[in-house]
Amino acid sequence: MARWLGRVGSRFVGSGGRIADQAGELTILAGRALRAAATPPWETSAWIVQMEQIGVRSFAVAAITTIFTGMVLALQTALALPGLGVKYYIGTVVSKSTVRELVPVLVALIVGGRIGSGMTAEIGTMKVTEQVDALRAMAADPVRKLVVPKLVAALVMLPVLTLVGDLLGILGGLLIAVLQLKLTASFYLNDVLTSLTLQDLASGVGKSVFFAFFITIVACYNGLTARGGADGVGRATTDTVVLASILILVADFFLTKLFYVL
Amino acid sequence: MNPKPAASPLFEIRDLRKRYGAKEVLAGLDFDVVRGECLVVLGRSGSGKSVTLRLLIGLEPPDSGSIRFEGREIAGLAEADLLPVRRRVAMLFQSGALFDSMSVFDNLAFPLREHGTLTGEALAKRVAELLALVRLPGIEDKAPADLSGGMRKRVALARALALEPEALLFDEPTTGLDPMTSASIARLIRETRQRLGSTVVVVTHDIALARNVADRIAFLDGGRLRFLGTLAEADAADDSLLADFLAGREEPDHDVDPNRRA
Repeated sequence: MARWLGRVGSRFVGSGGRIADQAGELTILAGRALRAAATPPWETSAWIVQMEQIGVRSFAVAAITTIFTGMVLALQTALALPGLGVKYYIGTVVSKSTVRELVPVLVALIVGGRIGSGMTAEIGTMKVTEQVDALRAMAADPVRKLVVPKLVAALVMLPVLTLVGDLLGILGGLLIAVLQLKLTASFYLNDVLTSLTLQDLASGVGKSVFFAFFITIVACYNGLTARGGADGVGRATTDTVVLASILILVADFFLTKLFYVL
Repeated sequence: MNPKPAASPLFEIRDLRKRYGAKEVLAGLDFDVVRGECLVVLGRSGSGKSVTLRLLIGLEPPDSGSIRFEGREIAGLAEADLLPVRRRVAMLFQSGALFDSMSVFDNLAFPLREHGTLTGEALAKRVAELLALVRLPGIEDKAPADLSGGMRKRVALARALALEPEALLFDEPTTGLDPMTSASIARLIRETRQRLGSTVVVVTHDIALARNVADRIAFLDGGRLRFLGTLAEADAADDSLLADFLAGREEPDHDVDPNRRA
């Protein structure tokens, strides 16, 4: 029994150590990426390619997610609380909750899953086929060549997608307000504009900057440390989606607290 | 073509050790690579040949021991301090390790853009020259995925030659190729030496290639050097394992070295 407990204990300590190691390596990679991103030469053409891949190609999925979120939110609020006259505040409810919370988180989860898994698969495949080693052997820095363009693109495009998502979420609420709840568009929009503050917007977009950073660093780290052929790349890709999603949800809590303090 | 080992060493390897988990891949390896020679490192699968090559340009650090490049210790140097070595020593990876997101042109232009000053017309001309050198003119626009295994290796060789390196490291350059393509790789290695006077280290278990290009051979067994000398000396050596290896004979049971790992 004591030996069994010892084994379980050492396994816990072992996995705790691994998590600590990984957290340390993620931090080191984040530092190297930020330093490389801040110092020339800047490979702007690679940045633009990545922005297209990350931003433009994620637009449709972000649009569908946010517009339906706005619609569902309006519907749920009005139908779940029918007697309270809540429908006259539907603009406030929809705009505050989508802009501050739902759009940044959902866009990060959905777009993050898409771009994060893509980044890990790309870099991981390069790792297991010796292309990352070839970069290093040619005296090029894999962080500068592979991580920085993705990081810059994500830091720009995720907030942009979040802003567009804010608009579409409010638009989704408008559709339900007009078509289902028989409010006028001007009534709904007036409610949105009087309740929504710049701080709400900054809080949501600010979160998305952090989310973009977490997604990219986790994705690139898992790619750069992938090993063991196609199987290993598959595992690394799954790890990215799981870890990035958890980080987004946990960080969201702390960022929400932070932005209410600020 | 037969420089005596008395010439100045380019690489000096002393008591090199490397372990992966419980497996000791290098167990105290010693040898020199003489400037201008072609040293072929032979050994069975798992004898530590490829790892040795990776250690030579610092893609991995050794656990202990010393690697000197032109008399300067490079074992365990930080990535940034290895860059001067990597600019002068090119490596051809077993898989070729062409960047498969780039065309053949961009693959060959990569080291030139990274470390050279060529642009536009001059860059295109240099890339065409490199392709002509490996007898593959006019394939600039092809993607690596469209090339056969032999063509990929030759394009990778052209990329390794782009900066006219002082030393070239080949990791199993003929593995997976048919005998005729292998012979053309051997000819390219000889031509490269004649043209650039580069020092060449070839890791292989292809005896035909070794006989074709080697000035000296190093025979590794169980992570240690078992034989170092010219081909004539190897043929005359009183070592049954080396004789069996050179003749391609099956391993007799009584000659199994307990330290060797298959």
